[in-house]
Amino acid sequence: MNDDSPVLTLDGITKLFPGVRALAGVSLALRAGEVTALVGENGAGKSTIVKVLTGIYRPDGGEIRIDGKAVRFSSPQDAAAAGITAIHQETVLFDDLSVAENIWIGHAPRGRFGLIDRARAEREASEILERIGAGSLDPRARLRDLGIASKHLVAIARALSIEARVVVMDEPTAALSRKEIEELYELVERLKAEGRAILFISHKFDEIFRIADRYVVFRDGEPAGEGRIAEVEEGELVEMMVGRPMGDIFPPPSGELGEEILSVRGYSHPTEFDDISFTLRRGEILGFYGLVGAGRSELMQSLFGITRPSAGTVTLEGRPLVIRSPADAIAEGIVYVPEDRGGQGAITGLPIFRNVALPSMSRTARHGLVKTSEELALAREYTERLELRAASLDQRVGQLSGGNQQKVVIAKWLATRPSVIVLDEPTKGIDIGSKAAVHAFMRELASAGLAVVMVSSEIPEVLGMSDRVVVMREGRHAAMFDRGEATPASLVRAAAGIADAREAA
Amino acid sequence: MNPGERAPDSVSRHSGAASRLAETLRSRDALLALALVVLIGLVATRAPEFASPARLAAVFNDSAILIVLALGQMLVILSRCIDLSMAANLALVGMIVAMTNAAVPEVPIVVLALMAIALGAALGAINGLLVWKLDIPPIVVTLGTLTIFRGIIFLVSDGKWVNAHEMSPAFKSLPRTEFLGLPVLSWIAILAVLGALVLVNRTPFGRALYAVGGNPEAAVYTGIDVGRTRCLAFVAAGAVSGLCGYLWVSRYAVAYVDVAAGFELDVVAACVIGGISIAGGIGTVAGALMGALFLGTIKNALPVVDISPFWQLAISGTAIIVAVALNARSERRVGRIILRDAEKGA
Repeated sequence: MNDDSPVLTLDGITKLFPGVRALAGVSLALRAGEVTALVGENGAGKSTIVKVLTGIYRPDGGEIRIDGKAVRFSSPQDAAAAGITAIHQETVLFDDLSVAENIWIGHAPRGRFGLIDRARAEREASEILERIGAGSLDPRARLRDLGIASKHLVAIARALSIEARVVVMDEPTAALSRKEIEELYELVERLKAEGRAILFISHKFDEIFRIADRYVVFRDGEPAGEGRIAEVEEGELVEMMVGRPMGDIFPPPSGELGEEILSVRGYSHPTEFDDISFTLRRGEILGFYGLVGAGRSELMQSLFGITRPSAGTVTLEGRPLVIRSPADAIAEGIVYVPEDRGGQGAITGLPIFRNVALPSMSRTARHGLVKTSEELALAREYTERLELRAASLDQRVGQLSGGNQQKVVIAKWLATRPSVIVLDEPTKGIDIGSKAAVHAFMRELASAGLAVVMVSSEIPEVLGMSDRVVVMREGRHAAMFDRGEATPASLVRAAAGIADAREAA
Repeated sequence: MNPGERAPDSVSRHSGAASRLAETLRSRDALLALALVVLIGLVATRAPEFASPARLAAVFNDSAILIVLALGQMLVILSRCIDLSMAANLALVGMIVAMTNAAVPEVPIVVLALMAIALGAALGAINGLLVWKLDIPPIVVTLGTLTIFRGIIFLVSDGKWVNAHEMSPAFKSLPRTEFLGLPVLSWIAILAVLGALVLVNRTPFGRALYAVGGNPEAAVYTGIDVGRTRCLAFVAAGAVSGLCGYLWVSRYAVAYVDVAAGFELDVVAACVIGGISIAGGIGTVAGALMGALFLGTIKNALPVVDISPFWQLAISGTAIIVAVALNARSERRVGRIILRDAEKGA
């Protein structure tokens, strides 16, 4: 555990792709027993460096050294053999195999005749799980039956089973709850104590400051700063990332709100939510806060016609509405931008313009025939407003970066010219610079007279953006705050059901 | 999103016509067309008359039914389903139409053809409704209906054949009737191609097919009724199967239980060779057309170059595997492009 000689050094790594330099001479030194946070906006080259580290990409320049000796990875297996392992945002495990099988797959202990020694595999799996504080996990349990946090533990146990010296964690907390995140932090501490070198990639500043010892910042594939976490402040890191000082993060509210446009009364679902009422005015951003599983997304999906409510009424501009399908909702001018924009948002095999025009076919078609020129015009109008970066509108959405795919999805909904837009976790998983742009854009939508519902689990976002906040807890309306009345503490109290939460409505 | 920082990357105003052309030339369709030309060229080295316009027109005419069926199957496959009952549908409708003609020769052929389309569509609707309303996997549904349809043919015909002499002359002659130098059968295939081009590329239904096959979940959120779209694809596939039922029995002037037995696999094979992804959402009309022509050419060419027709099966099978291998390779290449672009984006 010599702090001064790095286990792994990347020196001046350059990676070229046709027409673009993804990495331009970046360096990274990982030391045993240290957590290094890698920060940077989307597209800064974080995933590329992970792929270089794990042997998926071969660098075009620069050197990788392990214990001071230059190495070359020609396959992911080489990287694994050198003791480098990665835990990804979405765990890459096998749902239908057991915990022990997942831990040992590829390097299971062998018994006689070269057959897998199952008893030993399970025993040793138990030992490893015990070591990471997951002794309660049954090595024989099927992975499918475990929660996401337990799956992470299995992934980490797997990393330990191959005696990894370098553990790369690529946004490991993105899908975890608060409690699970705490458990993950403890694990990182334990890995540190065992003398492993950890590269931690995250968008969340609180966790970087919580667990990292050092930081490295990339910007546009180039090194933008590094040092000890103890010697840096959040604002400085943000500046290094975006290359400019971040001013007021949230745009100011638009002031005047318009007339009431949407009124929801006594909305209920057999299992997901119960007796929800709220109103929405033109120009307003209504925040929905709550813990994961509080029923916010389910409520919005029901308003959008994905599921049917068991009771309750919806009134739009004074007219009672019956929404039986998403098509009905879209026709009435209510749209929903889902949280899982990859899975539920874009059709990645289709070109950008077709994605954007997809819900607006009634407008782009004449006599039952879709006009490509109309689709292109529509797509151009809305993608330009969102400053989409793409080679052409013919490009397939799957070829775009995550942030740009997101813009395609939002453009698709705006192109339907809605009067009410529901954004579910609009900035989840996107970098800080893009976040500010999304926030500004939401405010712009509201100012233009749209009514915006924003489901968000990020307290600063809820407080900074919302004109009013509804807090849900276990499927029920827990509290309602006007702008300026809510504090982080009051939101958390209301969401968690701690007494003294202000009851209003 | 930092405005101005990367202006060159922002969406270009022109729609990328040049890049689209380049992409087309490199595309699978172009490759397939090339393979088809090479195939015809190879046969022509042994039998030069094979490349004559008249012979090529005959090959096209002989492939017409396969083309029409492949286009119908394409709609179903695009929506991430599969229809194994097309040949059985064809045989059942063909039998009913032939028996009707034998029993009541006065019924005009146009009425019989429309009846065939309607019957086929109704049989397709059974598949579609089972897939839509009961949510049964399409392969299971159509495997079931394939067997049921064949069984019904036996029931309605008592296992007997309807032979040429029982059919009216008009019934038998329509597909052969020449119009502007081509038989009606060929014209039907041409019309089917044109119709499919419009349907797939220009109608909301066509757009919905690609969306449903490409990402069913996202399609739901876009306001597309996934089940209904799939059901319509099955109805369309059924309708062309029915039409081909009439064409088949009139062309070969015979109807019996085992008409077109196993032909559903040729149809699927034509689609697969044509680059239509079994996973849904990817495929073109040109691909389906050329896939069918490729199989039709092999079938017609082998006797010409004195290769036993038994080889035909082996060669068709090889073509399927080669086509799928090539497709898989090009998908992988696309995958790398995605990785690359994901890095450079945003």
